[in-house]
Amino acid sequence: MDILIEILIYGSIHSITLALMALGFALVYGTSRVPNFAHGALYIICGFIAWSFLKKWGVNYYLSIVLSIMVIGLIGALIYQFILIRVRGMAISEIIASYAIGLAILEGLRWGGFKGMTYTLPTFIQGTIFIAGVPVDLHRIVVLICGAALVGFLWVFTHFTRIGLALRGMAQDERAALMLGIDSDRMAVVAMAFGSMLAGLAAALLLPLGNIVVETGYNVLILAIAVCIVGGLGSWMGAVLAALLIGFAQILTEVYLGTHFKSVIALLAIIVTLILRPSGLFGRQKELEERV
Amino acid sequence: MNANSEQRRRERLDRGIKVRSDGIYSLMSYRELCYLVLPRAVLITGMLILPLVVPTYWQKVVSYVCIYALLTLSFDFLAHFVGLVSLGGAFFVGTGGYFAAILNTVLGLPPLLSIPIATILGAFICTLLLLPCLPLRGVYFAIVTLMYPLLFTRVIEALNILGGTDGMVGVTNFTNHYFIIIMLLAFLFGIRRLVNQDLGLVLRAVKDNDQAVRASGMSITYYKTIAVFIGSVMGCLAGAYLAHVFEWAGLSSFALDFSILPIAATVIGGAGTLVGPVLGAFILVPLNEWLRDFGTLRIVIYALILLAFIVFRSEGIMVYGMRKYHQFEKWVKV
Amino acid sequence: MSTAPLLQINQVTKTFGGVFALNEVSLDLHEGEILGIIGPNGSGKTTLVNCITGFLELTAGEVLFRGKVISGKAAHKIADMGITRTFQIMRPYYSLPAYKNLVIPLFAPRARRTGGWRGGGKLGDRNTVSIDILEELGFERESFVPYKMASNLPTGYLKRLELARCLALNPEIIICDEVFSGLSMSEIASMVPLIERLQMEGITLIMIEHRLRELFRVANRIMVLNFGEKLMEGTAEEVMADEKVKEAYFGSEEVEEVMEHA
Repeated sequence: MDILIEILIYGSIHSITLALMALGFALVYGTSRVPNFAHGALYIICGFIAWSFLKKWGVNYYLSIVLSIMVIGLIGALIYQFILIRVRGMAISEIIASYAIGLAILEGLRWGGFKGMTYTLPTFIQGTIFIAGVPVDLHRIVVLICGAALVGFLWVFTHFTRIGLALRGMAQDERAALMLGIDSDRMAVVAMAFGSMLAGLAAALLLPLGNIVVETGYNVLILAIAVCIVGGLGSWMGAVLAALLIGFAQILTEVYLGTHFKSVIALLAIIVTLILRPSGLFGRQKELEERV
Repeated sequence: MNANSEQRRRERLDRGIKVRSDGIYSLMSYRELCYLVLPRAVLITGMLILPLVVPTYWQKVVSYVCIYALLTLSFDFLAHFVGLVSLGGAFFVGTGGYFAAILNTVLGLPPLLSIPIATILGAFICTLLLLPCLPLRGVYFAIVTLMYPLLFTRVIEALNILGGTDGMVGVTNFTNHYFIIIMLLAFLFGIRRLVNQDLGLVLRAVKDNDQAVRASGMSITYYKTIAVFIGSVMGCLAGAYLAHVFEWAGLSSFALDFSILPIAATVIGGAGTLVGPVLGAFILVPLNEWLRDFGTLRIVIYALILLAFIVFRSEGIMVYGMRKYHQFEKWVKV
Repeated sequence: MSTAPLLQINQVTKTFGGVFALNEVSLDLHEGEILGIIGPNGSGKTTLVNCITGFLELTAGEVLFRGKVISGKAAHKIADMGITRTFQIMRPYYSLPAYKNLVIPLFAPRARRTGGWRGGGKLGDRNTVSIDILEELGFERESFVPYKMASNLPTGYLKRLELARCLALNPEIIICDEVFSGLSMSEIASMVPLIERLQMEGITLIMIEHRLRELFRVANRIMVLNFGEKLMEGTAEEVMADEKVKEAYFGSEEVEEVMEHA
């Protein structure tokens, strides 16, 4: 019984974590069809920016988080405006360019000496509470609440605001959106900025739980992609549902098979999805486009 | 611009010999024969005398260059002739390397047996693992190839199999420059021939217009599988040979270098020309050795070079060179 | 001669997220005939082609070819049986010369087995055979046209190239998706005899058309689709006389014109 509750609690927290990591990727791919392989790099760089604000310049913790998220949004917008926009529509170049950006950032950070145990962010709230006899860090509760709130906010944002609706319009049919007076290039920049900010937000919420290390960037990218493929590339509600699925699957394997298999599950999920339903479990019907 | 300065424009004309030697070979003199044969002869003899002229310190680099050139060739073939962008050359290298190491250390096979067997077995496994994403269009192939090397590293680390983090040591040394150079040349000219034959034409058609290929009664997945097998044979050969050069196969066989450098070399050398990417490898790999002291900074450097070439859409060295070789340029008044 | 239909379409239904693109359409195709399919835009003509040729999966119903179920098979397998199609939006291999475009279907398993159109593929090498086929379709052998890049060819030649790609497979059925649209009158005038010649050679054709006058000239039977449902089926005269068809096409001047003509 205890283990069941534990699975339930940690499964939910882990699912929300995955959703946080994946939402930015899903948003960018959904609107501009650019697979942002620099997603993990943006995640990590946000952590370092927040750390620099906090430890180097002594800014207030919460302020430094807000600042770093804004900076990362700006970085994302600049990357799109000056680099990715030039290769828009050329699939091979898009993939290679974003991959190169991600690598340059991550390996640059590694070279710059950002490794080891010294780079940590403090948790928001210290302490532990017991839910039905299971100990949970308060910070994880914050993550859970913030993540759920974010998903709700995104839903409202994409359904009721002008920018959100424009983004959805672009995701569905770019040409039609162009005819309705939506500037697709500008919206793609906005989407990229939003996606980067989501990556940054995820970093701000999740990094206090561990050290800031460069490898996390690659992990985040893998998990984000796994979640997005299982949920259907480009559909962000699908990504949330897929995060639940993979999150619980990972926790279950961790409990019953051991930690080693945790990352295997993510890749297995991708492969199985690609074989059975390439458009993703919750993706829209895209027979003609995706499957050759 | 000054209004009364005369306007000029650059005009490019093909040399007549290019037309005559393009597909229909109708050479008229030894001069034309030389025109055709010279670039190929320079390439082949250049590669063959390379191990004889380089200083001892750079001897090993000759092998590295060829290993990377094979990977580059594999990337260029898959990306620009079949339309499959592989972000994980390391996947092929790692698979080939580990297979060679297993065959050599556990089964005790000599290098001349372990390399070919590892190549074929590795290519077979790679193709099998990549099979699920072959019926799909889009970014799936790139994603999956990116993930496999990262995942394998983690699995080997976690399960502590195949030597764990230490890797598999005690692989017999086999550093024979001519072996790998001849392999490289064979694959280079083999692939060049392949892409111009009917099978290669079908592969290019798969990239161009898969629906029409399907409507012609050909299975896309089947042809993509063939292409991936050919690509992974090259990658695994490089990996297997590398294991014998290093006398070791370990987690760094899945290192990023093997993924990013071939892509950078392809873009610099001229995408879709096959020879260009090999030349790109000949430029970048020595640079890589030279930058070795800078650690991971060199990956940053390739990434930035790559980015610059991709974004500003440079045609690459080879395309530029071919144009200069095959065309006159002159300024004409408008 | 057996009277069993060559191709049977039974109660084929295709939905796109709740919208019926095709609703229980049934159809028999007999060997050697030309069947025309007409209908207003969005009536499901191209969807029907995609369903027959396996480019889309059916929601319900089945398609039989020579009494064997082919629905649910992969598109390339159906093409391999000899049911080929042209695309409404032409899909040549733009980066290849016209004749190389045909080398690709000639390399396909079916063409290698049967030798391509009229078995020519077994005689010569594929480049020559493809030029032979192109010549039959009006690409002048002595000119530059067969050697031009497909991206530089005008629409008329591209439509022929689509047909040629089907012929290279030595097909039993060709499904032409609007081969006349976008062509000038004189180009159509040269296409019509070509279609008739194909019929004489024993190839069964399904033609989807908006150019009713030319279609009525070549087609033996006409099926009318409207909103994914089969409105009627019959000879050209019957179709023209039908009130429902007039209603569906109401306002379409061409029908009026054709009817006056008849």
